[in-house]
Amino acid sequence: MERFVDTFFNASVIASTWPKILSGMLITVELALSVVVTGLAFGLFLALIRTAQIRLLNAAIVVFVDVLRALPPLVMVLIIYFGLPNVGLTLPSFAVLWLVLAAVLAAFAEEIFWAGILSVRRGQWDAARSTGLTFPDTLAFVVLPQTIRMVLPPLVNRTIAITKNTALGTVIGVPELLNQATTAVSFLSNATPLMLAAIGYLIIFVPVVLFGSWLEQRFAFRKA
Amino acid sequence: MTAASPILDIQDLRKSYGANEILKGIDLAVHAQETVFIIGPSGSGKSTLLRCCNRLETPDAGTVTVDGVDLGDPRTDINAMRRRIGMVFQSFNLYPHMKAMDNITLALRRVSKKSRADAEVLALAALERVGLAEKRNAYPAELSGGQQQRIAIARALALEPKVMLFDEPTSALDPELVGSVLAVMSDMARAGMTMVVVSHEMRFARDAADRVVFMDHGVIVEQGSPGEIFGQSQHARTRAFVSQLER
Ligand SMILES: Nc1ncnc2c1ncn2[C@@H]1O[C@H](COP(=O)(O)OP(=O)(O)OP(=O)(O)O)[C@@H](O)[C@H]1O
Ligand SMILES: [Mg+2]
Repeated sequence: MERFVDTFFNASVIASTWPKILSGMLITVELALSVVVTGLAFGLFLALIRTAQIRLLNAAIVVFVDVLRALPPLVMVLIIYFGLPNVGLTLPSFAVLWLVLAAVLAAFAEEIFWAGILSVRRGQWDAARSTGLTFPDTLAFVVLPQTIRMVLPPLVNRTIAITKNTALGTVIGVPELLNQATTAVSFLSNATPLMLAAIGYLIIFVPVVLFGSWLEQRFAFRKA
Repeated sequence: MTAASPILDIQDLRKSYGANEILKGIDLAVHAQETVFIIGPSGSGKSTLLRCCNRLETPDAGTVTVDGVDLGDPRTDINAMRRRIGMVFQSFNLYPHMKAMDNITLALRRVSKKSRADAEVLALAALERVGLAEKRNAYPAELSGGQQQRIAIARALALEPKVMLFDEPTSALDPELVGSVLAVMSDMARAGMTMVVVSHEMRFARDAADRVVFMDHGVIVEQGSPGEIFGQSQHARTRAFVSQLER
């Protein structure tokens, strides 16, 4: 038992590493927020473009979405981080991770939003257009509010799953939470920093999970 | 424009889906304050005809003129016209995420550009006409089918349409709820609304219709007073269809 505590919850290790862990947490939160905001916004934007039914554009979106959903994010992170400098483009590691995760989230979010838009019954469009509402107004006031209520559960789950990939920062040296912890572990040969990191992830993501459930209940769809 | 020119004038209207010709040259004129019923077998093109009257479907040929404005003219502001052409659907199509009041004010605010306060005054007046002012804060899911359909009628009425199109407004309703919707429609007809109604409520048609149009396979087979069509029609097809309704 003592050995267990010594390995995983070592007081002196906690004392010496918590500032690093905390700064890692901040970076993780920063990354996560950037990914969520830009990824969801871009995903919605792509779904909206798709409603315009422009063939070539739609095909491009479908390809983008399928490729990004199929590739493991780690592969993309490595290719961009280690590949791009060879063509003279060097991006900071934070930016690489943000770009990749935001693009992946956008791809999944586009699919979810698009499926949601399609599942709004045609009668809703008919009713809105028959009163003279324009196409954008019909989307904004009639279709999207219903779409968002419907897609909230899968969207929240997907967003959380992708945001947790911020831990990939470890492989390219983003000083995020897991990176700080593994660095400390290799210096101290003690697993306590990893436990701190786990606690850090819980502190960040449990509220997000709770917020997600709250949102889902708050906007529970009222069926006609 | 002379007093005699029709509110809704359909000339040689044609519409196909693929190789399937649904409307094969429809001519129909509806004058101010007239109530015209359209009857006909399933698939005869009644819904398609109504949907061409507000351009929810684009006709392949022919013209639809509403209040003197050709809907097919590229210079026509179709959204401005649509608000003058009310439409009521079989499945109500209320917006489920909005209260009754907001269902009605949306187009008033976004299309007619009324302020929220003005829109609510007009919406309340429309709700009173359908007898549901007290339901203004109810969501569609909290209303019976009959109430939902009356709210849907109010949504169209509030925009002060020149003509109202009804596509089987009572056929999704439980029998005991049909009467309340028909009563609202009778009131509207009596108040001078111009109405085109696709409906097989024959008793109601006898009371409310000025004219009954029988459609089959994308053409108007005949039209006449309710007595003529339901009573002693000259056409075997009409008689066969009407006798089916009576059963
Ligand atoms: N969007 C569409 N695409 C292809 N075919 C269609 C479409 N809409 C209608 N049709 C076809 O057109 C024909 C006429 O349909 P319509 O809905 O106008 O008939 P209806 O007289 O209203 O019938 P009902 O009494 O069943 O409502 C039907 O055979 C239908 O399958
Ligand atoms: Mg129909």
